[in-house]
Amino acid sequence: MIDARGYACPLPVLMVQREVKRTEAESLTVLVDNHAAVQNVTRFANSRGYKVKVTEQGEDFLLELTKE
Amino acid sequence: MGRMKKIFRDYWLIVLTGLVIGAAAVALTALGNPKNMGFCIACFLRDGAGALGLHSAAVVQYVRPEIIGLVLGSMIIAMIKREWRPMGGSSPMTRFILGVIVMVGALIFLGCPLRMVIRIGGGDLNALVGLAGFVVGILIGVLPLKKGFTLKRAYRQSRVEGLIFPIILVIMCLAWLIKPDLFNSSTEGPGSMRANYFIALGIAIIVGALCQRSRLCMAGGVRDAVMFKDFRLISGFIAIIVAVLLGNLIVSGGVAFGFAEQPIAHSDGLFNFLGMVMVGWGSVLLGGCPLRQLILAGEGNSDSAITVAGFVTGAAISHNFGLASSGTGIGAGPVVAAVIVGVVALGLISIFNIAKGEQ
Repeated sequence: MIDARGYACPLPVLMVQREVKRTEAESLTVLVDNHAAVQNVTRFANSRGYKVKVTEQGEDFLLELTKE
Repeated sequence: MGRMKKIFRDYWLIVLTGLVIGAAAVALTALGNPKNMGFCIACFLRDGAGALGLHSAAVVQYVRPEIIGLVLGSMIIAMIKREWRPMGGSSPMTRFILGVIVMVGALIFLGCPLRMVIRIGGGDLNALVGLAGFVVGILIGVLPLKKGFTLKRAYRQSRVEGLIFPIILVIMCLAWLIKPDLFNSSTEGPGSMRANYFIALGIAIIVGALCQRSRLCMAGGVRDAVMFKDFRLISGFIAIIVAVLLGNLIVSGGVAFGFAEQPIAHSDGLFNFLGMVMVGWGSVLLGGCPLRQLILAGEGNSDSAITVAGFVTGAAISHNFGLASSGTGIGAGPVVAAVIVGVVALGLISIFNIAKGEQ
């Protein structure tokens, strides 16, 4: 799981990009704490062929990425 | 979902925001703001620094309502959308210094990235030289990002921490309206050219809200295109140029393309370029251009508020030490030394904030 909470733009996307490049994972979970990061990670993941499921966890958002 | 539908969903808001900003910039100039300066975050914060007596350049002193409006618009819509969130603690001192450097660079060029695109739309080809510098600065800044550069994470802060900055702005706004002679105020020059206070405030609130929703960012546009092949933010950047060009054609019947005698600009290509290298590089390290910092500060981000304090300090330094350019050319102070110090500082900040274990 990638904990990208508190990181400013564009680090959440960059952290996901690194992980995707390194592991080419079929699925991946990412924790972020603001809407901009949810949108940015989602857009990036979609562009790399992942489906994204977003669930609110208190004040944070859990993004579950799975390869389509 | 169809491809076109997906593109529309991703792009409509950012393009709309760009078009509205461009139209607003042209309108504000028609209503009294300086030429090619309907909006300029660097210039307007500099005017505010002058109004507070932090520098004594008599031609650039005014409590600009646009700054207050942008922050309030962002804050109000963020609160409505439940996105207002006090955050802070991500290397505040480093951000402050980056703010100073970005502002010194912006005032060497004479404008933040937003005014740069507004100048391009006004036919000022010096701004294209600035754009080249801006892109180069962003490309340099992307390198440390790829190597693991981070200013570390921010943490949740108290409501007070997130509200102090907007409250200060509201107090300044009210103080200006109730007792304007408290402040220094230009009687000539750019600082004296003003659209109606309330109209400018209203327009800026709308623009601030749109920027908050769309996350528009000048530096982010080029950065995302380079790093992620994501062209969403840069489409807003282009929309501003298109709207300003069209707006100028409609309002003044034509756009005079050229380098010489452009409004509040100089033609020293080298320094137009270098100034914007500093702005581009610094903005990437900060995670956003000056406009974006104001919007984030409105959302409760106190790191961005500190960055804005850095901008204001940078403006005061620029004018007090003769680093700021004017329509006649670069400043009479140690501009070369300032560029060298700025670039070296950016280099050191870039290198020493690369987290170990990343690649």
